[in-house]
Amino acid sequence: MKRAMSWLAPFAARPIALVGLALLVVVLLAAFFAPWMAPFDPQEMDPIIRLSPPDAVHWFGTDQFGRDTLSRVIYSSRMALLVGVGVVVFAMLTGVPIGVFSALFPRVGHVLMRMVDVLMAFPSLLLALGLIVILGPSVANSIIAVGAGFLTTTTRIVYGLTLRLKSETYVEAARSMGSRTGWLITRHILPNLVSPLLVQASFVFAFAQLAAASLDFLGLGAPPTIPSWGNMLAESRQFITRASWLLFFPGMMIVLTAFALNLVGDSLRDRLDPRFRDMLGGEA
Amino acid sequence: MTPILAVEGLRTSFNLKRGGRRVQVQAVDDVSLTLAEGEVLGIVGESGCGKTTVGRSIMRLAQPQGGRVVFRGTDVLSATGKGLNDLRLSIRMVFQDPYASLNPRRTIGDSIAEAGDINRAFKDRGDRVRQIADSLSAVGLDPSFATRYPHELSGGQRQRVGIARAILPVPAIVIADEPVSALDVSVQAQVLNLLMDLRERLKLSMIFISHDIGVIGYVSHRVAVMYMGRIVELADTKSILERPVHPYTHALMAAVPRPDPTLRIAGAMPTSEPPSQLNRAAGCAYAPRCPLANDRCRVEAPQLRTLGDAVVACHNAGA
Amino acid sequence: MSMLALEYLTVSVGSGSFAVDIVSGVSLSVGRREIVGLVGESGSGKSMTSLAAMGLLPKPGPHIRSGRILLAGVDVTQLEPWQRVEAGHGAMAMIFQEPMTSLNPVRRVGDQIVEAVQVREKISRAAAMDRARELLELVRIPDALMQLRAFPHQLSGGMRQRVMIAIALASRPQVLIADEPTTALDVTVQFQILRLLRELCNELDMAMLFITHDMGVIAQLADRVAVMYAGRIVETASVKELFGAPGHPYSRSLMDCMPIRGVGLRRLRTIAGQAPRPGSVRAGCAFAARCPDMQDSCRVDLPPRRELGAGHDALCGFPVTDGRPL
Repeated sequence: MKRAMSWLAPFAARPIALVGLALLVVVLLAAFFAPWMAPFDPQEMDPIIRLSPPDAVHWFGTDQFGRDTLSRVIYSSRMALLVGVGVVVFAMLTGVPIGVFSALFPRVGHVLMRMVDVLMAFPSLLLALGLIVILGPSVANSIIAVGAGFLTTTTRIVYGLTLRLKSETYVEAARSMGSRTGWLITRHILPNLVSPLLVQASFVFAFAQLAAASLDFLGLGAPPTIPSWGNMLAESRQFITRASWLLFFPGMMIVLTAFALNLVGDSLRDRLDPRFRDMLGGEA
Repeated sequence: MTPILAVEGLRTSFNLKRGGRRVQVQAVDDVSLTLAEGEVLGIVGESGCGKTTVGRSIMRLAQPQGGRVVFRGTDVLSATGKGLNDLRLSIRMVFQDPYASLNPRRTIGDSIAEAGDINRAFKDRGDRVRQIADSLSAVGLDPSFATRYPHELSGGQRQRVGIARAILPVPAIVIADEPVSALDVSVQAQVLNLLMDLRERLKLSMIFISHDIGVIGYVSHRVAVMYMGRIVELADTKSILERPVHPYTHALMAAVPRPDPTLRIAGAMPTSEPPSQLNRAAGCAYAPRCPLANDRCRVEAPQLRTLGDAVVACHNAGA
Repeated sequence: MSMLALEYLTVSVGSGSFAVDIVSGVSLSVGRREIVGLVGESGSGKSMTSLAAMGLLPKPGPHIRSGRILLAGVDVTQLEPWQRVEAGHGAMAMIFQEPMTSLNPVRRVGDQIVEAVQVREKISRAAAMDRARELLELVRIPDALMQLRAFPHQLSGGMRQRVMIAIALASRPQVLIADEPTTALDVTVQFQILRLLRELCNELDMAMLFITHDMGVIAQLADRVAVMYAGRIVETASVKELFGAPGHPYSRSLMDCMPIRGVGLRRLRTIAGQAPRPGSVRAGCAFAARCPDMQDSCRVDLPPRRELGAGHDALCGFPVTDGRPL
């Protein structure tokens, strides 16, 4: 119990982070329990009440097809979650092996890292657009396209960390006892990467939202049949003067989710970074 | 009696980048020594003398360029495969920094058992648990420490864990690299007593590396004094402490602050600093600071020769 | 007259009911040309005491809860270092253990000394550079003029430490506090630095507070010694008295367990257990749990400060007074 409480300590130190955490919980709940939380079917069209502003029945108003905006916003959180998790997993599964390998085998590593540098030279959104054009628009491809941008930062972080870990005394001790590289990676390197990567993951999750929403907005991500905040923005662009609520709510969700993730990421970093840990009195 | 470990002509160098250029530093320059079974050999010297590199070279953590290291008749430097594994279990190291030598994410038990895990020395889980517990008890810690993490322990306790790790399974030789330098005096004494107890009980042979003359003087049977990668004097402890022969050993003994205010040193001492390892002049490495230096010293590097009870590398000592 | 006096100085962390004293009721004084050694192990509070005396306690963090700091008789407790200088109360300077981290690695040595000089004296850069050269000569650095242009990483450990001393002397301090300045140095270099400090103390009429854990260094350098344990000064004495007839069980035990005293013995004497965390000892003497001479009352009553002779006192209910040698 004490360990669980110590995880909340950095949130207590910065109360607004608790707000962030609460918001994330709401989004998570919305994603899992959408059918029960949404008052209406997100696809159900009711042309009579199309483009009506928020009222007691439709809290977020309706769009040009008479679909309930609130329900669409709630269902969109599924896409947000899917994309976020997908991008993080992709970035970790590619970044970690490349980074660790490059650090432990310097001759090959130098070449690999220069290749990563080339990839980093592309602005991430441009890179994502380029990859989507090659791969074709779809949810899976948008995950890969956005993920490619984060692969680079993850790789660099892992590379730097592994270089440092490589020269730690306890790694030397393990080598002196006859450990092979595989043992070093699984017992010593990877466990010490978990904390920094967890922090990195929360930031990647946040920026993935923004990137995916941009792709959706351009029509290059999720198909229009699946509700996502980016899609909602794209479809409602023409109504910006007549029915601004159609842009306000999905837009706000994008901003709030990214913001909340950043706050949580900061608190995680404070909690897990050994230097800060002493200040807050936490444990490993 | 054949020594349990024999080092002959060991040479190890490093490449460093200084000011944008690659420079070679000869950290260990033709070092030879022997370790008798059950003996504690102390290696003492100031920073940069190469004493730590000697230890690391024997452990093959640093790659020597020349020389031989022989353990019970087996060549250490060229061992591979199963032979190398056996060697890794037989010659173990205790490291200096108790705060850096344990993985903060692994339990104490996992850290202690690592050598056994890597080399599959445990019969089963029960065996492993028992051996970890025995090892902890042997270093004066309660077996319940096995499930704790390093940050829960003090410096002295962590160093005991480092020692527990080095004796599971029991090795033949322990190389202790400044094992108490990072500890408070009162904790130092505890750990030193522990090391000596273990040496006796487990019939270990030890190479004890330190910059602290007091510590070396207490634990060692024989002492090797190193300067700039070479051994300058090698003798039994009493001789080194009371009748040093080499001028550097003299200076070293004289510079140690004795805890006795009536013994304040007023006399002359070397007034210059140790030269950088990167600019090695020819001849004797100590010549620039030596009161006995003459022209021969600056040109010809002295070899170790026997002088009474000691082995000394000096042209002029004892003359 | 004492140049630096600490009177019942108490430094604590936290506030209200969570306050924990890490330095407790510390009193000592240092006179002109005198070197007072403050000796203790890690966690004893010696570094915190020196930081408090300098006015360098980090904010937020540990703070002076009570007590006074007197610089040449003037109460400077509430003043920051720069305020003390401006008010004309004289300067205190400090040198630290790690010269590599105390010196700016990207600036030349001469520039760093000049900066220290110009903080105090409004003189031209050329004049300040000249003074910097003088200071380097004062700390016996050969080729001072050339070394002004050196960067810290080009100098050896001993030289860097001399540079740090030069920077400290730039403000013409009346009090110099040295916090383990030789711990990171080789023993032959340490010897030279200690001798330098002794000579400077005499030449410049300074008072020096020297903090260390090394009893050998204390024996060679100090005139008087204060031994710290768990935030308190447990014994004060002249250096000869302390080593000849230590009164407090901790002082005796500390000297007993030095390896250099154990050469030839089968086992080193030790002090069982470890030092208590600040605030963990609620009653009685903080050393009681580890004391070889502990009596029952030691665990209950706070130990009194007992006079053992002229200028020699110990914080102990049952100090050794018969002066039996170790």
